[in-house]
Amino acid sequence: MNALDFSVVWQAAPYLWQGLQFSLALTAAAFVIGMVLGTLLALAQHFELPVVAQVARSYVALMRSVPLIMVLFWFFFLMPLVIGHLSGGGRPVPIGATATAFVTFGLFEAAYYCEIIRSGLRAIPKGQYEAARALSLGAIKTYRLVILPQVVRAVSPILLTQTIILFQDTSLVYVLSLTDLLGAASKMSQINGRLVEMYLAAALAYFLICSSASQFVAHLGGKIRR
Amino acid sequence: MFDILFERGPDGALYLVWLLSGLGWTLALAFFGWWFAFAIGIFVGVNRTRQRGLASFGARLYVEVFRNTPLLVQLFLWYFVLPELLPVAAGNVLKQIPPPWGAFVPALICLSFYTGARVAEQVRAGIEALPRGQGEAASALGLKPSQVYRLVIVPQALRMIVPSLTSEVMGVYKNTSVALTIGVIELTAQARQISEATFQTFAAFAWATLIYLTLALAVYQLMSVIDARLKIPGLQPTASRRTRKPPLDTGLISPSKVALPSGDRS
Repeated sequence: MNALDFSVVWQAAPYLWQGLQFSLALTAAAFVIGMVLGTLLALAQHFELPVVAQVARSYVALMRSVPLIMVLFWFFFLMPLVIGHLSGGGRPVPIGATATAFVTFGLFEAAYYCEIIRSGLRAIPKGQYEAARALSLGAIKTYRLVILPQVVRAVSPILLTQTIILFQDTSLVYVLSLTDLLGAASKMSQINGRLVEMYLAAALAYFLICSSASQFVAHLGGKIRR
Repeated sequence: MFDILFERGPDGALYLVWLLSGLGWTLALAFFGWWFAFAIGIFVGVNRTRQRGLASFGARLYVEVFRNTPLLVQLFLWYFVLPELLPVAAGNVLKQIPPPWGAFVPALICLSFYTGARVAEQVRAGIEALPRGQGEAASALGLKPSQVYRLVIVPQALRMIVPSLTSEVMGVYKNTSVALTIGVIELTAQARQISEATFQTFAAFAWATLIYLTLALAVYQLMSVIDARLKIPGLQPTASRRTRKPPLDTGLISPSKVALPSGDRS
């Protein structure tokens, strides 16, 4: 065993920082897309919209039963074929690994956020709806002003926890050879040959970010319950 | 297009055999990984409920570390980094495990410890949800602390957390796909190989996805049966788990049947 030399990590720091920025950007984009789409999916099921509710339910069940890597491959290898087919040329249109990652994570996380929001919707007491109705609020105002704010507040710890898992899952873009934090560590280790130090540094970075975020969520959860 | 499974690959075997061999590795990883994780989870979960002491601190540290690093990073640490950190002789033993076991063993260890940390939190939640009187009554009967846990607390806690363990079991078989990054040719990897050999990308992935869906359904059914058998009547882990009546009797909203997702790590 060679002596560990962590100075290589300092030299690689700018590159790792770029990787981390990509991880964070992917997390943020997937959070926004996932939340918007997830809320729509949850509301479709909540209102039992004909056909749409069934589609939403099947979509969520499908996404939740298939590994994320499989979904990444689906989009990476099949989206070019589908787009090519739809655009009429019949020739595959490459959409690139980065775009694949953003689309996949957004669509995949929507299924998970949907389940969380749905659980929150079901936890709102009946009296809230009745009170909104007694104040003669319309359906849209009832949801926008009364129901959804309470749902978001109630499930925000679970939503944030899911987002921490999402951040951890972004490391799976490794299978598309993208340069996220782990990808940067991996590529750097191939250049400088210090695999042990690079992977340990990446693990430490993930741990520090995720555990401080978890602490924050636990603190927030305690505040909301009070 | 979907009949590619009955064509022969370059090695003379049906692609169906390729897919089934991938399924075999997935199931092997998931099955053994689950039982190791379950054992680790019970042991660590019990120690998490102790008030103080080294065991409590160790259990907490384990859970924190293994839940706050990505699975893929953990896998690389087990596979690439551990053999380098061990003394040379031990490291070489690890590196010289013949394929395919050389990748399977680290993947199994990784999956067991990763899932174990999550199971431990569920076990802890189950134990903490039990009425205190259970432990006190057991002590009053003259049981030793170890007997209190083994005979009274843990069996009841496990019966209560079956619904929330369902998502962990689903997690285990889904997470096996991460093992393809270190060269375990499990279901997802095998689907990719078939698609590369036949250029029938859609059919290859569709078959693999179908198998994953079937697995999910099987896990869900199995856990429902186990839960129905083991459920303690009248004792539910959380109040929020009960189903609610529809909020307004407008006919717009029908009662939903799906259980709450177990807040992955609350």
